[in-house]
Amino acid sequence: MRLITANPVLRHILVPLGQMLAFIAGAGAVLSTFVVLSAFLFRSTITEFDLVERTLLILPEVLLNGVTIGFVYATIALGYTMVYGVLEFINFAHSEIFMVGGVVGVEFLLYLQSRGTLAASAGASHYLIIGVAILIGMLASGPLAMAIERVAYRPLRNAPRLVPLISAIGMSFFLQDAVRFILSITTGQFNVILPEFGPFDNFVQIGPQDSPLSIQIQIKSVIVIGVAVVMLVGLNYLVNATRVGKAIRAVAQDRSASSLMGIDVNRIIALTFLIGGALGGAAGVLYALKFTRLDPFVGFFPGLKAFTAAVLGGIGNLTGALLGGLVLGMLESFGASYLSIFTRGAFGAEYKDILAFAILIIVLIFRPSGLLGQTVGQKA
Amino acid sequence: MSKRKFAFFALVVIASLVLAACGGPAPGSKGTIKIATQSPLSGPQSVLGVDIKNGADLALEQLGGPLRDMGFALQLAPYDDQATPDVGVANAKNVVADPDILCGVGHLNSGVMIPSSEEYHTAGLAFVSPANTNPVVTTRGYLEVNRVVGRDDVQAPVAEEYAFKELAAKSVYIIHDKTAYGQGVAEFFRSAAEEDGLTVSGFEGTEETANFDPIITPIMAAPPDVVFFAGIYSQAGVFFKQTRDAGYEGTFLGTDGMDTSELASLAGDALTRGGGMAYTTVAGPASAYPKAAQFATDFQAKFGAAPQPFAAQGFDSAGVCLKAIENAATANNGDKPERAAVAQAIRALTYEGLTGTIAFDEIGDLPVAKYFIIKVNATSADTWGNNVIVTSFDLPSPGQ
Repeated sequence: MRLITANPVLRHILVPLGQMLAFIAGAGAVLSTFVVLSAFLFRSTITEFDLVERTLLILPEVLLNGVTIGFVYATIALGYTMVYGVLEFINFAHSEIFMVGGVVGVEFLLYLQSRGTLAASAGASHYLIIGVAILIGMLASGPLAMAIERVAYRPLRNAPRLVPLISAIGMSFFLQDAVRFILSITTGQFNVILPEFGPFDNFVQIGPQDSPLSIQIQIKSVIVIGVAVVMLVGLNYLVNATRVGKAIRAVAQDRSASSLMGIDVNRIIALTFLIGGALGGAAGVLYALKFTRLDPFVGFFPGLKAFTAAVLGGIGNLTGALLGGLVLGMLESFGASYLSIFTRGAFGAEYKDILAFAILIIVLIFRPSGLLGQTVGQKA
Repeated sequence: MSKRKFAFFALVVIASLVLAACGGPAPGSKGTIKIATQSPLSGPQSVLGVDIKNGADLALEQLGGPLRDMGFALQLAPYDDQATPDVGVANAKNVVADPDILCGVGHLNSGVMIPSSEEYHTAGLAFVSPANTNPVVTTRGYLEVNRVVGRDDVQAPVAEEYAFKELAAKSVYIIHDKTAYGQGVAEFFRSAAEEDGLTVSGFEGTEETANFDPIITPIMAAPPDVVFFAGIYSQAGVFFKQTRDAGYEGTFLGTDGMDTSELASLAGDALTRGGGMAYTTVAGPASAYPKAAQFATDFQAKFGAAPQPFAAQGFDSAGVCLKAIENAATANNGDKPERAAVAQAIRALTYEGLTGTIAFDEIGDLPVAKYFIIKVNATSADTWGNNVIVTSFDLPSPGQ
C-alpha cells in the first residue's frame, strides 16, 4: 500500500483500474442479485421452462454484453464530461465527432481492403491494422473537435449559456449532413460496413472448460474492453499526474485565476477538445468493430446514451463518466435480455431504454448532481 | 448586330415557331402532366427507393409516347419520403397541391403509405404502389389506392409453411422492426405458426440498428430451429451477422424487405453458413419475369447499375399511371383529364406489364398475386444473382 501511495505513476494507474473493477463488480452484483431473486420469486408463474435455470444460463453473457457496451458509452461520455468540466456547457456535437472517427477509421480499412492488404495480412498484423485504424479515427476526430471549438464555440464563450448550446446542435446537424454529402459523392454508399477480416468474430474462452464459471467472449469484445480500459487509465493519468493535467484542472476550477497564473486558457481548452474528440473517435472505431455498420446518423443514440451516462455519474467528473457508462450499459443489457423473459413477451427488448431512463430519473431525484457529483470535488 | 439583321433573325425565329406549331400538337401545348414518385431516396433504405424512382423514370421515357403525341409534356416529380411517415405525409400534401400531378407511384414502406394515402384519398389523387404489402393499404377500400404486389396476410403464411414443411422446424423465434409492415408480417406469421403447432420461443420488436447482443442472448439460450425476421435489410443484415457470429446454427427466414444485394454486403457469409437464409418476396428476381430481360438491359444502360427488386414494379406502376391517364384523356376529347377520371381509369384497366397482367379488384389489389421463396446463395453483393427461387405461388387476394 505504501508503495502505491508513494509512487504517483502507480497510484494513478492502479486506482482507476481498481475503481473500474469495483464498479463492474458492484453494478453486476446488484443487478444479478436482483434478477436471480426475481427469478426465484416468479418461478411458479411460468410453466413452459424453468425461469431460474434460463436466467442463470444467460447471466454471464448478459453481464459481458453490458460491460462491453458500457465501456463504449464510458469512452464517449468522457468527451462530454471533460468539456463540461472545463466550459460548463454540453457539446452536443460530440456524438457526430464520434461518428466521424468511426467512419474515417472504417473507410481506412475499406481502402486497405481495396488494395488487398487486408486479405494478405495474417496473424498479429490484424491487430496492428485495427490499432492503426483506431489511431486514424482519433487523428480525424481530435483535430475536428478542436476546429469546432475554434469556429463554433470560442466566439461565443462569453455569450449566455444557451447560445453555444444551440451552436453545438447546429454543428451536429452540419456534420451529419456533411458526412452524408461526402459519402454520397465519393462512394455512393450510405452504409459504411466494416470489411470482414481477421479473427475478431471468433470466441475465446475465459475460465476453466465446462464449468459454470467459464464464459465465451468474442475477440472483438476483448479488444473493445481492452482499448477502452487503456484509454481511460491513460486519461486519468494525464489529468491527475501531469503538468498539463494540472493546468486542465486549474482552468476547470477558475478560468480567470489560472489565466493570471500564466496558463494559456485558450490552449488548454483546445487541448481538452482535442483529447475528448480523440477519445470519441477511438470509440467510433471500436463501435464499428463491435457492431459492423455505421452511417452518417449513427452517432445520435450512442451520443445520447453517453451523455446520459455522464449525467448519471455526475457530469464534469471523470470517474463518474466511467461509472455512469458501465451502469447504463449493464442496465440496458439486463433490461433488453430479461424483460421479455420475465413478462413473457408483454414487454419486449424495446423497453430497455425506458427501464434505463426510469432508473436515471430515480437516481437524479435522490442525487441531483449524479452518483459521484458531490463526493468528488475535483473536476475536469 | 444591325437593326436589319436583327429583324431578319427575328422573322426566321418566328417563322420556324409557326412551322413547328403546324406539324400537329407540339409537346407541351396542352400543358404538363406530372407523375409523382414517393420513396426513400436518402437514408439506409435508399437502395430500394432510388430504383423505384428510376423504374418510373424509365417508364416515362419508354411508355410516354402516346401522351406526348397527344400534346402533353411529361415530367417525373420525385419526392424523398426518407422511409419516415411524417416526411411522407408532408410530401403528400405537396404532391396533392400540385395540380399537374395526375397519378403517383409509391411508397416503399407500408408504414409511410398508410398515413400518406389518407392525403391522396382526400384529394382524389390515384397512387399505384410498387411495394407495399400491408393489408391495410387497400382494405380501407379507397378508390385511389392500388398496388401491383401481393399482401402480407398471404406472404407470412407462405413463409410459415416453408418453415414448417420444407425446413421441418419445430421452434421459431420471431423478430420484427416495429413498423406497420414488419409487425404486421410478424403477427400473421405468429398466428400461422400457432395454428400449425410450431413453438414460438420468442416474439420481439426492436428499432435497434447496431447492438443486437441483448436480443441475441435469449435467442442463443433457446436456440430455435428458425429465426424469422420481419423487416428491412438495413436492420436485418446487421442482426443476421451478429447472430451468426454469436454461434447460431439454424436457419434465418426473412421477408420481401430483404430482397436486395445490400443484405449480402451487410451480412456477408452469415447468410450461407449454418442453416443459411431464405426469404419470401412479392417481387421475384428479373429471371422470374420473362418480359423483364429487356427492361434490365435498358435500366443498366440508363442508370449504370442492375435494377434492384421493385424497380420493375416501379416501372409497371408508372406504366399503369400513364395508360390510365391516356385512356382518361382520350375519353376527355384529348384534353387533360380530372384526377377522379384517372383513378377510375386505373380500376378499369387491364395492363400487360413486365411482371404480368395487371388488373385491380374493387379495393385495388391484384386478384391473383405472385409470391416467391428465395434461398440465398450469396456472400457478397456481387453474387446476389446466385440466389435461387425455391418455389413460387400464384395465390388469390384475401379481399377486404
